[in-house]
Amino acid sequence: MYRNKYTGWLFLLPGFLGVLVFYLIPFLDVVRRSFTQAVGGKFVGFSNYQTVLTNQAFLLAAGNTLRFAAVCLPLLILISLGIAVLLRRVGKAAGFLKGAYLVPLSIPAASIVLLWKLMFDKQGMLNGLLSALGIPGADWMNTGASFGVLVFSYIWKNLGYDVVLWLAGLSMVPQQIYEAARVDGAGEWMCFLKITLPAIRPAAFTIVVISFLNSFKVFREAYLVSGNYPQDSIYLLQHLFNNWFRELSVDKMAAGAVLMALVIFGLVCMLQKSWDME
Amino acid sequence: MRKRIVRIVLVVPLFAMAFLALAPLLFLAGGSIMGSNEIRDCIRPLSEGSGGFVSWRLIPLYPTLKHMFELFFDSPEFFQMFWNSMKITAAILLGQLVFGMPSAWGLARYRFPGKRAVYLLYIILMMMPFQVTMLSEYLVLDRLGLLDSLWAVILPAVFSTFSVFITYRFFCGIPESILEAARCDGAGELLIFLRIGIPLGAAGMISALVLQFLECWSLIEQPITFLKTKSLWPLSLYLPQISLEEAGFALGASLITLLPALLVFLAGSDYLEQGIVAAAMKE
Repeated sequence: MYRNKYTGWLFLLPGFLGVLVFYLIPFLDVVRRSFTQAVGGKFVGFSNYQTVLTNQAFLLAAGNTLRFAAVCLPLLILISLGIAVLLRRVGKAAGFLKGAYLVPLSIPAASIVLLWKLMFDKQGMLNGLLSALGIPGADWMNTGASFGVLVFSYIWKNLGYDVVLWLAGLSMVPQQIYEAARVDGAGEWMCFLKITLPAIRPAAFTIVVISFLNSFKVFREAYLVSGNYPQDSIYLLQHLFNNWFRELSVDKMAAGAVLMALVIFGLVCMLQKSWDME
Repeated sequence: MRKRIVRIVLVVPLFAMAFLALAPLLFLAGGSIMGSNEIRDCIRPLSEGSGGFVSWRLIPLYPTLKHMFELFFDSPEFFQMFWNSMKITAAILLGQLVFGMPSAWGLARYRFPGKRAVYLLYIILMMMPFQVTMLSEYLVLDRLGLLDSLWAVILPAVFSTFSVFITYRFFCGIPESILEAARCDGAGELLIFLRIGIPLGAAGMISALVLQFLECWSLIEQPITFLKTKSLWPLSLYLPQISLEEAGFALGASLITLLPALLVFLAGSDYLEQGIVAAAMKE
């Protein structure tokens, strides 16, 4: 085999055909369907999109999904950055600790369902602990408090992931800069604010986007703990899609999938830009 | 002295977080050898309106292997699902190796028309949550008559672009001069891929496999959408079905489900880290 303009394609082709068959072509079909009636296939313009965007359930789910991201992303990003910064100065224990933070990534959602039930039930362990401390508990699963459970699950699962990313970002900051700054009399805090933070800005952007995309996976925990119709405050886009799927509302699903794909497409383009700038 | 106190203050939250991360393991390990009566006592507050709260002992008072025996010798259903999970995971990983590696090599080492577009397409697909592709996957699987078979879960995942992307990142790191040297010695492109690319990119492939193993082992959305027949279900769908009356059994089953993932994690944690970083950042 000799190298020419198309050698790359030869390597790519077997996998690419699969991508075409299982993802690209059917998705184009979905785009087409998003402009037609579910039954009969008549062209209806943007009316499916209109239906979706004015759908109560969609607004609730989209709102919750955004609210979820708005609450848990800053939390996760800041906690993991704090941990990463501290980890770099604890010496020998750092390896063990980092490994421990990653463990939840390997725990299948199904394995913790029971634990979550025992933990967050109205009569569960968390409320037991709180009442021992004299703090009133909540019915974590069946009230708005379930939102907090979901945020906790997400952070619990993704903390190690983000810590590893931050450590990689931090290790790219050249050490000499710190030494020079210290010689000039800069304190720890000053070094962090004036050197570390600006230096990790590109990494920060990447981490935010990746964490956002990972936030869609929290659905597994939400679904396993509370099924198809959970408490209103954790009714996410993923639940909505599942329910549309079960009702076979192909038109709504198609329009919804296209909308969501557009949002993610936008995010990926932003990510690309930041990679190119690095 | 002051330095030492500061150090301890810093370390305590770190260890507290680590405990939180590891606690479910301790809970499952202890719970799976706890006797039925003891468990019933612990979780009684859940079922009755009698008040009180669930309590738990990390180390059971009366340890027993009864539930483990039950799992291994008296629950064909569990085994069926264990094998389903194994089959699904193994087939996906194998498929990703066969199709994904050459794709990654082609993308990483050659210029060709349309490369930029393919690359962007792969990244976008990698980032899409399942809900976006659910309908399209369903339509194509229906057309191919694969619904309600393990293939419905396996085939789309084989062509997942995630592992291609990670392997791609590692292949990019191989110096071009090595390939040039091989070409000068008359090696063909296929031979270069097999003899240089694969060995030097092995770390990338293993990283991708470790991450994908963890992903495939706990698949939930795909099997629940594409598999109607219960005997085809993987473990991840079976576990939540076990009722609280059989909590001891459920705990044991949860532990067994967890173990393969944990073993892969322990054996491959360095690769896991490399993979996480490779998927997100440019070196």
